[in-house]
Amino acid sequence: MEVFAQQLINGLTLGSIYGLIAIGYTMVFGIIGMVNFAHGDVFMVSAFIAMIFFLLLTTWLGIASIALALLLVLVLAMLMTALWGWTLERLAYRPLRGSFRLAPMISAIGVAIFLANFVQVSQGARNKAVPPIVTDVIVLFERNGYAVALSYKQIIIMSVTAVLLTAFWFVVTRTSLGRAQRACEQDRKMAALLGIDVDRTISLTFVLGAALAAVAGTMFFLYYGVVGFTDGFIPGVKAFTAAVLGGIGSLPGAVLGGLIIGLVETFWSAYFSIEYKDVAAFSILAIVLIFMPSGILGRPEVEKV
Amino acid sequence: MSAAVQNPEAAGQPLLSVRGVKTYYGNIIALKGIDIDVNEGEIVTLIGANGAGKSTLMMTIFGNPRAREGTITYAGRDITRLPTHEIARLNIAQSPEGRRIFPRMTVYENLQMGAAINKFAWFEQDLERVTTMFPRLKERLHQRGGTLSGGEQQMLAIARALMSRPKLLLLDEPSLGLAPLVVKQIFDVIRELNTKDGMTIFLVEQNAYHALKLAHRAYVMVTGAITLSGTGRELLEDPQVQAAYLEGGR
Repeated sequence: MEVFAQQLINGLTLGSIYGLIAIGYTMVFGIIGMVNFAHGDVFMVSAFIAMIFFLLLTTWLGIASIALALLLVLVLAMLMTALWGWTLERLAYRPLRGSFRLAPMISAIGVAIFLANFVQVSQGARNKAVPPIVTDVIVLFERNGYAVALSYKQIIIMSVTAVLLTAFWFVVTRTSLGRAQRACEQDRKMAALLGIDVDRTISLTFVLGAALAAVAGTMFFLYYGVVGFTDGFIPGVKAFTAAVLGGIGSLPGAVLGGLIIGLVETFWSAYFSIEYKDVAAFSILAIVLIFMPSGILGRPEVEKV
Repeated sequence: MSAAVQNPEAAGQPLLSVRGVKTYYGNIIALKGIDIDVNEGEIVTLIGANGAGKSTLMMTIFGNPRAREGTITYAGRDITRLPTHEIARLNIAQSPEGRRIFPRMTVYENLQMGAAINKFAWFEQDLERVTTMFPRLKERLHQRGGTLSGGEQQMLAIARALMSRPKLLLLDEPSLGLAPLVVKQIFDVIRELNTKDGMTIFLVEQNAYHALKLAHRAYVMVTGAITLSGTGRELLEDPQVQAAYLEGGR
């Protein structure tokens, strides 16, 4: 029971991070039918951006309040990463629009390799670590000498995720920007006939996806305190798995998928073996896809026209 | 809304002018040099068989596919090379072939999409207007577009086009696959838009009889070329047109 409660907390925290990344995959797939393989590395870059700004703000500028520093780091990382997302779309994907379907995906793999190597060269190949940032914990209850704890970090991660997802949900469902985005997703040609600038809308999709990845990157940095240039790959693949599991193209599906993957992984590590946690996560994917080929919340291919 | 122009001949320069337009799909020519004028305040119809290139012309006016040769002028401005969304922002609206309703948006959201170019300035007013025109849409306002019947989708496509308050309305086969009663309703709406609001309408139809009765002027398209033109009445009485498009077709 104690272990279960603790792992539930840990799993939800990890799942929030996966969910935030998964949205970027699912949105881009929804609008241009492309799997953005570079998205995991965009997440990794954002974690580095977060670390660099954190060090700049706390040591150079001497901001003493950690809360203020973290807030600034979050905003700056979102802005900078959004700029990365915009630039990558412009340089690597837009010129290939109208080309064959696989072209932008191959380009995305290239971008992924580029980003990882760029960070390796500019930041060094070793993992960068900072001293633990927020260390306080709340002990929820204690039994048989096992304390179930909720750390401040976990509270921050879960609440920031919840707030930003709500804001994001509002943008997509209630604003004309979100409406234009959904219109392009459903019928690009018609959206253009109604005066929607499709290229601009696609750019904005990349910008939004990158900004949410930056939230995940900042949270990842805050949680683990260690960032390395290879950190984009595994979380990227997990988040992609989450997007497929939830039903690619579905935004609530991406979040749900992220939480499921996070929980499966943590529980497997706790009860079975930590070495096989990735196997467990991917097995769930395989099993779900056998019985629900379009994912948990994905829509079936056939639709009434 | 501009006042109705009763006599189309008096309206000077055409609102839309298509000159020598050739469109290709890959290497296959779809439009072989089209000349068409639509004057302000007119209903102009384009009739022709399946695959003649009528819908291609409608889309070529919007630059998708783009005309490889020739020019398209709208309100005195060359729009041949403009991106599709910028053409739409010049206040031309289209209810395209296949209706193209956003299936996972509600009827209300579909209508909002129609009003996007003028920043929802008259949204409530225009919503009231189109739902009065098509009461079925009012009942279905919060239902997803994909769940509507064919006729309802057609009404929605027209209503969505009207939400932008277009100066020129392009309608591609609004009667396709609809019950006769609904067809009559839709043709009544088109006539009313023209006579009451003075809206200029370019109508593509296979339902030649209704279209020719409604139109001031008409063109006949056969495999990518205009073969006949004249007033609606002239074409209605033309023996060739009667043989090819009207025989038993009314």
